[in-house]
Amino acid sequence: MKPETIIDFTHHQSAHCENGVVSNLMKHNGFSISEPMVFGIGSGLLFCYIPLLKVNHAPVITYRALPGHIFKKFAKRTGVKMKREKFSNPKDAKARLDENLEKNNPVGLQVGVYNLVYFPDEYRFHFNAHNMVVYGKEGNRYLISDPVMEDVTSLSEKELEKVRFAKGAFAPKGHMYYPISFPEKLELEKAIVKGIKDTCKAMLAPVSFVGVKGIHKIAGLIRKWPKKKGIKTANHYLGQVVRMQEEIGTGGGGFRYIYAAFLQEAGKLLGNEKLIELSKEMTEIGDLWRDFALEASRIYKNRSAQTDSYNKVADQLDHIADLEKVFFKKLKKAV
Amino acid sequence: MKKKEVPQDKSNLESANFRELCYAVNENGEYTTENSTGWEPKTVALNNAIEEIKERIADAKSRVIAGETSPIEYYMELHKMDVGILASYVGFWQWKVKRHFKPSVFKKLSDKTLNKYADVFEISIEELKSMGR
Repeated sequence: MKPETIIDFTHHQSAHCENGVVSNLMKHNGFSISEPMVFGIGSGLLFCYIPLLKVNHAPVITYRALPGHIFKKFAKRTGVKMKREKFSNPKDAKARLDENLEKNNPVGLQVGVYNLVYFPDEYRFHFNAHNMVVYGKEGNRYLISDPVMEDVTSLSEKELEKVRFAKGAFAPKGHMYYPISFPEKLELEKAIVKGIKDTCKAMLAPVSFVGVKGIHKIAGLIRKWPKKKGIKTANHYLGQVVRMQEEIGTGGGGFRYIYAAFLQEAGKLLGNEKLIELSKEMTEIGDLWRDFALEASRIYKNRSAQTDSYNKVADQLDHIADLEKVFFKKLKKAV
Repeated sequence: MKKKEVPQDKSNLESANFRELCYAVNENGEYTTENSTGWEPKTVALNNAIEEIKERIADAKSRVIAGETSPIEYYMELHKMDVGILASYVGFWQWKVKRHFKPSVFKKLSDKTLNKYADVFEISIEELKSMGR
């Protein structure tokens, strides 16, 4: 390929990588779709405790849909067709990427975080569902638009191969994707309603570890951790809960603020006052998640907590779960 | 969260010179975004998690020196891996990786097998073998 291929691609920073890549690729193709809109239509919001699985030797909670789901649901509901490819051989993966760049086509890539050299060391864990756009090549360096970063960056051929072929859970296997066809006019109204209904269904699911019930479940576990696991492990677990909730990509409050932004935008677009009101309510619930994180951090900061303080943060979660139950019932009726 | 309340605490992001994006409402109640340098409650959680990893590395190191485990376990911890992740990188079953933790088994490993581990850890076979000696 030519020594220099730079596609005219505009980088917009986003909170979350998956929404960000979709939003940026849509914008590149002339469709102005915000990050919250991708997140809402793709039913990104969730609460799920994943029993049996441990990451960093602590239980796993997710505040969002499984990697790739937001993207898949968004495409399906808006009628955008995506091409997705995985590779068993790094050479083929590279050749296909170069081919697309030469055709002036920026592509989305799924990558592992552990070997992403431009991330701070402290953030480099074995997490394989990160997303970025490659928009060109200069010499042997690929030009990267990583949506969580403020500015664009670059990776050498070897560095990019490493992150594309990271191993472990959700191994990317060179996963590459890009839109290939768009509907004549993007009809967001129906897609928004579908996205909202799907989220309400998940959050109100009659399953003990999902949605509102999942939040109660975690509250129950937090009450038991200090006695069952000892203070040290209990604090390690609690720290992980807060990290999952507030880590880079969540936009704050376990994605509740991004969702509130979506409801506000959707309410205006559909002329639905109820959604705008519910957006305010979601913001208040997001603030309660932040309060929970703050309170929890006081426990693991001091490292000498009383059982009482665990009960206190568990009470906060139970309260949030009660509010979200009412909230999602109202939201379901509002569309 | 209000835009002016988006926390600007010191955090580990500073080293990479970037700020993350948060969603918040402005004075008119409209949603907008604001960059954040960090928030203490999550910085403390991250720092604790890193402390925990450091303890695991130190513990593995002392067990290698005491002859209770092989250097493979030490390097696994050093790379923030667990047995499942390491197994998928080297292409062995988890039980096999665990067996390679036994110093007596490790001593008899072929160069071919050792090379797989050394490659993943980005060190030479010599470095892998010499640890703990």
